[in-house]
Amino acid sequence: MRARIRWAIYLLVFLSVLIPMLTGISFPVGRISESTQAVFDYIESLPEGSVVAISFDYGPSVIPDVQPIAKALIAHCFKRNLKVMGFALWPTGEPLGRRAFEEVAEKMGKVYGEDYVYFGYRAGYSTVMLQMGEDIRKVFEQDYRKTPTDRIPMMKHIRNYKDIDLLVDLAAGDSVETWIVYAYTKFGQKLAAGVTGVIVSQMYPYIQAGQLVGVIPAMRGGAEYEELIDYSKLLGEPGMAKTGMSIQSIVHLLLMILIAIGNLEFVMMRRRR
Amino acid sequence: MRQRIPLIICFICGLTMAVQFFIPHQYSQAVYSEAVNWLRVIGVFGFVIGFGTLINIHVRRVMRGGANAPYSLVLLLGLFGTIIAWLIDREKERFFDWIFYNVQMPLDSTIFSLLAFFIVSAAYRAFRARTLEATLLLVAAVLVMIGNIPITDVVWGWLAEKLGLKEGLPGEVKDWILAVPNMASRRAIYLGVGLGGVAQSLKIILGIERAHFGGGG
Repeated sequence: MRARIRWAIYLLVFLSVLIPMLTGISFPVGRISESTQAVFDYIESLPEGSVVAISFDYGPSVIPDVQPIAKALIAHCFKRNLKVMGFALWPTGEPLGRRAFEEVAEKMGKVYGEDYVYFGYRAGYSTVMLQMGEDIRKVFEQDYRKTPTDRIPMMKHIRNYKDIDLLVDLAAGDSVETWIVYAYTKFGQKLAAGVTGVIVSQMYPYIQAGQLVGVIPAMRGGAEYEELIDYSKLLGEPGMAKTGMSIQSIVHLLLMILIAIGNLEFVMMRRRR
Repeated sequence: MRQRIPLIICFICGLTMAVQFFIPHQYSQAVYSEAVNWLRVIGVFGFVIGFGTLINIHVRRVMRGGANAPYSLVLLLGLFGTIIAWLIDREKERFFDWIFYNVQMPLDSTIFSLLAFFIVSAAYRAFRARTLEATLLLVAAVLVMIGNIPITDVVWGWLAEKLGLKEGLPGEVKDWILAVPNMASRRAIYLGVGLGGVAQSLKIILGIERAHFGGGG
């Protein structure tokens, strides 16, 4: 009996993902959370030509949560004519960051080396963060295309954190905390984050303390950001997070119904005893 | 002697770096800059040791045979296969990319996707209001879930219009749960962890904690 219930639940989950995916059902995003709005507003307030750095510290398992944030964030920076530099402290983040930049830059007609630059993966984690405060060239001697950093036009005036107006960490682990310790506390670097659903709740003390400008919370945050920048109009494709959130809505509804049934069953069993 | 010298090095380095943090002088910054360079070099040695240990353990497992040997073999094949793929096309990294996009990405995504099935099944069986604490957790979780999904905005928007309720209330409730009770408990945990970290660091610097030498504290 238990096995049958389990299989029925698995089937329901499968169908609640498949049906909205096939029918293309879509719900409006609705309310924008304060932390997402804060990141958006901060980027909006930056003057043209300001530098935004993005650290890709996640892997393929969290693509639905973080990759849409990456793309929306890059698109927003490009829209505002900001200079964007990217790198990864997780080896698995390197191809994901590269793909996000290539996809968005191609659609928005941005030029590599002038509007954006990508350095790829660097090992060392906290050491990389510390050395970036001294001289970015010490850790990123060349970009992912093997071009020496000194020969990249965009990097001419970018030497360390003093030249970066905002650093956004896209994270699936504890990297946000490490950035706060090494980049914010030691060098005063302005930080924001885009994180997975699992670690969103960990970020609140840092937002309230002002150590983070704001946080884009997982797929929901990605959908909110896509809404804020009018992603589908800007890139001519539907937002990945908005589509995902509609599917997630149905799965969450199913989850709540199952929790209610489970509790009803529990109450009835207790009464019978 | 084998323990005393590392202990002295640890004490000097720990103390120097702790004091250095509070001295914004150019000499102090030079020490810091040099230490960070050393850290990267030492990190590379760490990689070499880790790589060697990993190979050593899994080669031995494969040689010994047994139920776990195939897993170790897959690990070794994956490890060396990726390195070879990178070595073959170091300039454009096409093979390396192919492995990432066609092996690692689907595998990683599949494993993570399976979690959704287990979570829903586990929530049905275990997420029950057995005690007051469990009930509080249950209510908070459901409220956060309700506030997070866009369908709530649609339904609540309609209800708010018909019944004159406050617009966006589920989202505000979710934000309040995360920004007040959640944050208060997180902050308490972080303070505890922070103090624990300071105490542990002091124990290591002063040589009281010696677990890193191996053989327990």
